[in-house]
Amino acid sequence: MQETISIAPNVGSSAIAQLLWLIPASPVLASGVIALLKQPKRKTAATLAIGSLGFSLVLALVAFAHVLSGWMHGVSVRETVNFTWIRVGTTNVDLGWVLDPLSVVMLVMVCFVGLLIFIYSTGYMSHDENFTRFFCFLSLFAGAMLGVVIANSLLLLFMCWELVGLTSYLLIGFWYQKPSAAAAAKKAFLTTRVGDIFFLLGMVWLASGTGTLLFYNNGGGSMEAGALATLLGQHAAWGLTAAGAIGLLIFSGAAGKSGQFPLHVWLPDAMEGPTPVSALIHAATMVAAGVYLVARVYPLMAAGALVGGSTTALTVITWVGAFTAVFAALIAVAQDDIKRILAYSTVSQLGYMMAGLGMGGVAVGMFHLITHAFFKALLFLGAGSVIHGCHDEQNIRKMGGLKSDMLVTTVTYTCGMLALCGVPIFAGFWSKDGILEAGSHWSVSKGPVALLIFGAVLTAFYMTRQVAYVFSGHWRGHKPAHESPAVMTIPLAILAAFALGLGLFGTPAWPWFQGFLNGRAVPVEFHALLETNVLAVSGVSIGVVALGILLAWVLYIGKSPKPEQPDVLEKAAPLPWTWLRNRLYVDEIYGATFIAFYAWWARVADWLDRRVWGGAVSGVAIVFRGWAQVNRQLDTNVVDGTFDKGCEELSTGGGLLSRMQNGQVQGYLRWLALAVVVLAAILIWSSRA
Amino acid sequence: MIGHVTALQGYLLLAAVLFAIGLAGALTRRNAILVLIGIELMLNAANLNLIAFWRYGPHPEALTGMMFAIFSIAVAAAEAAVGLGLVIHIYRFTQTTDLGQMNRMKG
Repeated sequence: MQETISIAPNVGSSAIAQLLWLIPASPVLASGVIALLKQPKRKTAATLAIGSLGFSLVLALVAFAHVLSGWMHGVSVRETVNFTWIRVGTTNVDLGWVLDPLSVVMLVMVCFVGLLIFIYSTGYMSHDENFTRFFCFLSLFAGAMLGVVIANSLLLLFMCWELVGLTSYLLIGFWYQKPSAAAAAKKAFLTTRVGDIFFLLGMVWLASGTGTLLFYNNGGGSMEAGALATLLGQHAAWGLTAAGAIGLLIFSGAAGKSGQFPLHVWLPDAMEGPTPVSALIHAATMVAAGVYLVARVYPLMAAGALVGGSTTALTVITWVGAFTAVFAALIAVAQDDIKRILAYSTVSQLGYMMAGLGMGGVAVGMFHLITHAFFKALLFLGAGSVIHGCHDEQNIRKMGGLKSDMLVTTVTYTCGMLALCGVPIFAGFWSKDGILEAGSHWSVSKGPVALLIFGAVLTAFYMTRQVAYVFSGHWRGHKPAHESPAVMTIPLAILAAFALGLGLFGTPAWPWFQGFLNGRAVPVEFHALLETNVLAVSGVSIGVVALGILLAWVLYIGKSPKPEQPDVLEKAAPLPWTWLRNRLYVDEIYGATFIAFYAWWARVADWLDRRVWGGAVSGVAIVFRGWAQVNRQLDTNVVDGTFDKGCEELSTGGGLLSRMQNGQVQGYLRWLALAVVVLAAILIWSSRA
Repeated sequence: MIGHVTALQGYLLLAAVLFAIGLAGALTRRNAILVLIGIELMLNAANLNLIAFWRYGPHPEALTGMMFAIFSIAVAAAEAAVGLGLVIHIYRFTQTTDLGQMNRMKG
């Protein structure tokens, strides 16, 4: 095998495209350096991590400016730098990175949110003795995530994807002394692995179908027309084309990472990790990687769709997303752990993104991804601030009245909550409306949009319930709460500003974000806000959000029930409440089916191993040992015996003969004389005869 | 039988006796010089045989036997000189002429 690395940039890629690799490389390098630091070097570790990510952010902004200036000149920028990683015979394994609007908005978002969370972490983790280890993992995560974002090869994306999975595992299990954290880390790793196996299968299929794993390669990439036409020409089972089948396989991987319905179980448990980790990895960035992956391979998913139509892959994505959105929102209603509610909310919002991708295309889904990243990071960091202020209490029933003690946290958290609910002006309103609007004229079915509207009611309800429990009423804990330090509240304020303002970049009046991603110029058209369809969707959306908030307001605001008292809804409907509280028994169902099956299968395998394979191996061993005994006997008795005997005889004979050599010349002469006499006698006798 | 002994047989018998005496001396004496004398006796027994076979052989006019004997005596003289030289050296080295103690070539 011959390994060569040769960078062969295609013509016309700019300097920033050439240097794009520095964006993931800088945090990875920082992580390596931090790994070598000693425990007490907290300042150095934090400075390195924040500095390296800051450097990445600067580069990302330069890249963004480059793409933006291209867009303003009417050029849709897509620059790739590809190189051959491994050459085996005539097969090349190519890697590369891509600079296009999709990667660049994601880069800026990951770097920016990541940086704020890094800064916040210096405050949140200040008492932890493994501070340097935390920043080592966090930096490695940031680098891997940025690698996912810039990858122009499904293989490179997959490698970074797995690295991201690894750091997620390490960070969920950061407090590995807690058995629940260790179990959650294991669960997250194994559950996402299920999706990754399908992803890997899809990748192998794609490689064999198109001969390349590069997305874009001047017309020769797997996401470009030639390769897609080839894939559309091949038919897999059940009426799917190869493109559709590969799309579904890759979506399975995305579903694992992004917590979509059958594989969502790990995400709520992942809240065992430190809160900044939940904010960065399990809300803003890593879980969005699945959505980003679908957006990245969108040409494959959408291959073969007629105008206004859908493909099997997109339909499946939409339904899974819409179902997950409602499913998780329902569970969130009945949870009491502040982070667990947010976790289910994340699962639900990821469902919205997937449905948005399925029904409205890349721009719709990605817009919600970006706005969600900001306000969900805000909510998690706010929850972290609450937990920090309430002395590590996570049960919202034992909080209350924090608005007087933690003013900054209250205001910023409320911003995040309003954005998540989709209250007008806030970012979540515009991005969620984009999804609902796309759903309202989706040709296949109106089912998903109905589900999503129902989900919006639930979202407004559970978020208001949570805020009411935490911030209104009176304090129900033991020690009084306190506000968090500035290093934690300032990132909250910055994120709150974005949660408020970011939506303005994607309103129907000025759909800048959508135009930027799709490479279209966007004029400001205020009358677009007043089109019937937009107006209808906005009206419905505002209506359901108001309904949800009002309902929860009436039920929860200012009530301050004691933690021992049952929830209002529990009194109203005990049975459904129990179901929802127990997360609709998905974990139990998995425990009774898959895990039970695996345990049984492991026992069978164990029995087979011990009895059948072990027995066969032992049998062979016994035969060979017997044969070896026979050989040994032969060796000692026959071969060695003969040889030893021969040697003995020779040495005895030698001893006898050596006695003649006594050095006495006369002795030799005697023998000579004797021999002469004998010789003479023989001669005489023979002549006589 | 003694009565029918020819001249040649007489010489050969004498030579055989001489040889036997020399051999016995060489084999039994402990003194190296006496062994050398024994060897000289055996050599001279051989010389006597040469002369006797030549004198009573088919061509007594050719001086072959005489020549052999003279060569042999010359060789014997040289041999005696070398042998005595060795004996003197060995004596100087070991302070003895006893052959029983000269066993350094023992195998």
